[in-house]
Amino acid sequence: MSEEEDDIILSELDDEELVQQMFDDLYDGLKEEIEESVNILLERNWQPYDILTKALVGGMTIVGADFRDGILFVPEVLLAANAMKGGMAILKPLLAETGAPRMGSMVIGTVKGDIHDIGKNLVSMMMEGAGFEVVDLGINNAVESYLEALEEHKPDILGMSALLTTTMPYMKVVIDTMVEQGTRDDYIVLVGGAPLNEEFGKAIGADAYCRDAAVAVETAKEFVARKHNQMSA
Amino acid sequence: MARRGRAARLTERAAWRPPTGRSLEEKSLSEHGLAAPERKVGRVLLIACGALAREILAIKEANGMDHLDLTCLPAKLHLYPDQITKSVEAAVLKHRAVYDEIFIGYADCGTGGQLERKCAELGVEMVKGPHCYSFFEGNDAFANRSDAGEITAFYLTDFLVKQFDAFIWRPMGLDKNPELRDMIFGNYTTLVYQSQVEDPGLLAKAKECANRMGLRFEHRHTGYGDLETQLRDWTQD
Repeated sequence: MSEEEDDIILSELDDEELVQQMFDDLYDGLKEEIEESVNILLERNWQPYDILTKALVGGMTIVGADFRDGILFVPEVLLAANAMKGGMAILKPLLAETGAPRMGSMVIGTVKGDIHDIGKNLVSMMMEGAGFEVVDLGINNAVESYLEALEEHKPDILGMSALLTTTMPYMKVVIDTMVEQGTRDDYIVLVGGAPLNEEFGKAIGADAYCRDAAVAVETAKEFVARKHNQMSA
Repeated sequence: MARRGRAARLTERAAWRPPTGRSLEEKSLSEHGLAAPERKVGRVLLIACGALAREILAIKEANGMDHLDLTCLPAKLHLYPDQITKSVEAAVLKHRAVYDEIFIGYADCGTGGQLERKCAELGVEMVKGPHCYSFFEGNDAFANRSDAGEITAFYLTDFLVKQFDAFIWRPMGLDKNPELRDMIFGNYTTLVYQSQVEDPGLLAKAKECANRMGLRFEHRHTGYGDLETQLRDWTQD
């Protein structure tokens, strides 16, 4: 097959084909192609929120699932995230102008003693993409840092991340302090990180363990909807 | 039209196979591990990580542990820690009828306590500590350093210095996408080379690794640390 035949002209694809192509381009971490596709969809009068959810978040969900299943690895996920960031940078100001549904809010950070943030950053990005307002506390957060942020931002969700077996027990320190202060039930607590599992999440008193960014988004939506239902009942 | 994306790349994950390697060359230990002796020699079997093969054999020789046989799982399992527990279990079940005792030459190694629980269930002991960086340094000393704030150090052992490209640089995609370096290592400040043997060639290579990663360099000669103590404890009658 010649190179000419291999070339894909994004602007010549219909909407459905273009969204499928964006899934593939996100998968391959092709930032420029994603930016071009976002602009094409905007020119075709797509709503920024639809581009974000149907094309970008949809594509990253496939990336997340294949990372979980061992088909993709960290570098490919980072390149995909970088491509999504390119698309989001175009959409963000437009989303602010056009108004997008707000799903809820989250404070998230990596726990004390841990500087790993690849997974946390992916969760932040996917949560933002899904319409959550995210306050990212960064790495190496002591219990005081989490509590101050909860007090200041009053989010629906607290997210904690750890990569090390030695640092993951610190999540329990944070949750226990929230229990002591009587604030635990004010928040949905989601935890994640490579060495964690569901059993650990239950044992430390979190509401849920999220094995990847896509699961985190789905879990967050489910818990926030439940919380709102309880409040309106 | 050529497909890009997932369809172009979907590959099957290889099923686990017992270690087949017969060489102590690092690449072979990474990919194939070290097969158990064809004929049992000792009465005790150590099932260990391929990244520890040379070190364990050196300890064995220095301490006259003739009754200890060694098999190693491929060191590359560390790239998929979820497979370590399953592979260790399969190896224990394969060998337990033949050996009087089996020990596990892994620390927690990112399994989040799963390996420890599995070893307890199987009735076998494993190396104490979170990972090899900790037991080479000495678990207590390593924990003290972490408590004192050493959390931005990236550690390399002799094995990892030798296998830096195969084990770190290429799997992290840095050969093809150097722009990922700061996304992956941006929160680290120092590369700590924990040497097991004194080797000027390895020391020079470790410094070069630090340069490539954009990190400060520190060398700490640890020797075999708690690994040697643990093996002596296990093999004493």
